[in-house]
Amino acid sequence: MSDLPASLQLTPLNALHLELGARMVPFAGYSMPVQYPVGLMAEHHHTRTAAGLFDVSHMGQLRLVGADAAAAFETLVPVDVIDLPVGKQRYGLLLNDDGGILDDLMFFKRAEDIFVIVNGACKVEDIAHIQAKIGQRCEVIPMPEMALLALQGPQAVDALARLAPGVEKLVFMTGGQFDVAGIPCFLTRSGYTGEDGFEISVHSSQAEALARVLLAQPEVKPIGLGARNSLRLEAGLCLYGNDLDTTTTPVEAGLNWAIQKVRRAGGAREGGFPGASKILAALAGGAGANGTLARKRVGLVALERIPVREHTALQDTAGKPIGEVTSGLLGPTVDQPIAMAYVAPEFSAIGTRVNAIVRGKIVPMEVVTMPFTPNRYFRG
Amino acid sequence: MSIKYTEDHEWLNIEGDIATVGITTHAQDALGDVVFVDLPAVGTSFAQKDVAGVVESVKAAADVYMPVSGEILEVNEALRADPALANTDPLGAGWFFKVKLSDVSQIAALLDETTYNAFSQNA
Repeated sequence: MSDLPASLQLTPLNALHLELGARMVPFAGYSMPVQYPVGLMAEHHHTRTAAGLFDVSHMGQLRLVGADAAAAFETLVPVDVIDLPVGKQRYGLLLNDDGGILDDLMFFKRAEDIFVIVNGACKVEDIAHIQAKIGQRCEVIPMPEMALLALQGPQAVDALARLAPGVEKLVFMTGGQFDVAGIPCFLTRSGYTGEDGFEISVHSSQAEALARVLLAQPEVKPIGLGARNSLRLEAGLCLYGNDLDTTTTPVEAGLNWAIQKVRRAGGAREGGFPGASKILAALAGGAGANGTLARKRVGLVALERIPVREHTALQDTAGKPIGEVTSGLLGPTVDQPIAMAYVAPEFSAIGTRVNAIVRGKIVPMEVVTMPFTPNRYFRG
Repeated sequence: MSIKYTEDHEWLNIEGDIATVGITTHAQDALGDVVFVDLPAVGTSFAQKDVAGVVESVKAAADVYMPVSGEILEVNEALRADPALANTDPLGAGWFFKVKLSDVSQIAALLDETTYNAFSQNA
């Protein structure tokens, strides 16, 4: 476990991770900390009760610049970009021509640009795609010089406000430029844990100094990718590559909330994104091949204390195949096995009993509402 | 009585033709917080290298292999109820099962502590 492939990229915090005793693993082409010596379970609980610091510098950051940037970006996503006010952040989905999901992302409207954060494993393809599709209409500027830290948990605001007074006034999905202990940062009040918290974009040259000052706060401990995954799953948040991919559409994934009315049938800017005809038909729920979903994403809990992991087959109680688990683990906060899965739509109603086949044995599960743990975003 | 190890990161405490089996300190450390164990049924016979159980942390699942051929005499119900014993006391209260060896000659090929420690440091 000390011998990672030499071709892996390192984040600006690599030396700090090693100093903190992290176990490093390959992830999205980077050497990343999967856990620190205290372990995944303790890191998970610390984030839910205090504040955790995550290095997510493997993620892609880019800017879209130009008067036409918002309109151009709208041609790639089924999302309202144009009417998003300056100072606000929104979740978006990059789609292919079949309405399949190329990536999920966050974007933030600034006066001077649109600031976009995409998944690390997808960033090279995403940037090439965006450049190819709208590079004639706006400047697409990758930001490889920037690191990204996330500070998450109910006490994240206490720790950060001590170093950057004023951040406590931000509400969920807003942000701005702040000096954190004198270090210039662009930060948003958002994250991937279901908790209140912040994501902080900082120049690579100052990332370690920022991380050290954050870790010096009494509430804050470093958290690895292992706990990041258990936290996001309890929060009901999709992981691209597991729960979303190019074969899933936003409607199958239950991400209808991410498609604002203005882009839907009858909206002022109806359609006009890749796969629009298919997705609008699915949203309308009409009859026919386009309007009938093949499958839907659901949350499941196991009725026995047996973890049910990704790729586990699901059957109805008569033994007929009905779908597959895409993410699953024993949720440390809910203290029971939880999963996301895709099932045939007739098995997607809350309360439906399904069977997971784990090592040849039946583990009964039930469809439940997500999130598994209540989201605790700060909405003011 | 002697303690032996396998390249699958199990330990065996052998007394006569009965071995108590668990996973090593190295194995539990690599897995992380253990949250689930699946133990074999008492009375079942396995061949050496058969999968006899499963140990899972939040992030990973690993098979537990039969380090020797034999019949399961007893399983650790306390571990089933509190899988974290595999982390807190892997060589003691976190034992998995007891097996009656059907071929004691298999013992000779198991690793001693020095050999296992060298092996696990390179794993």
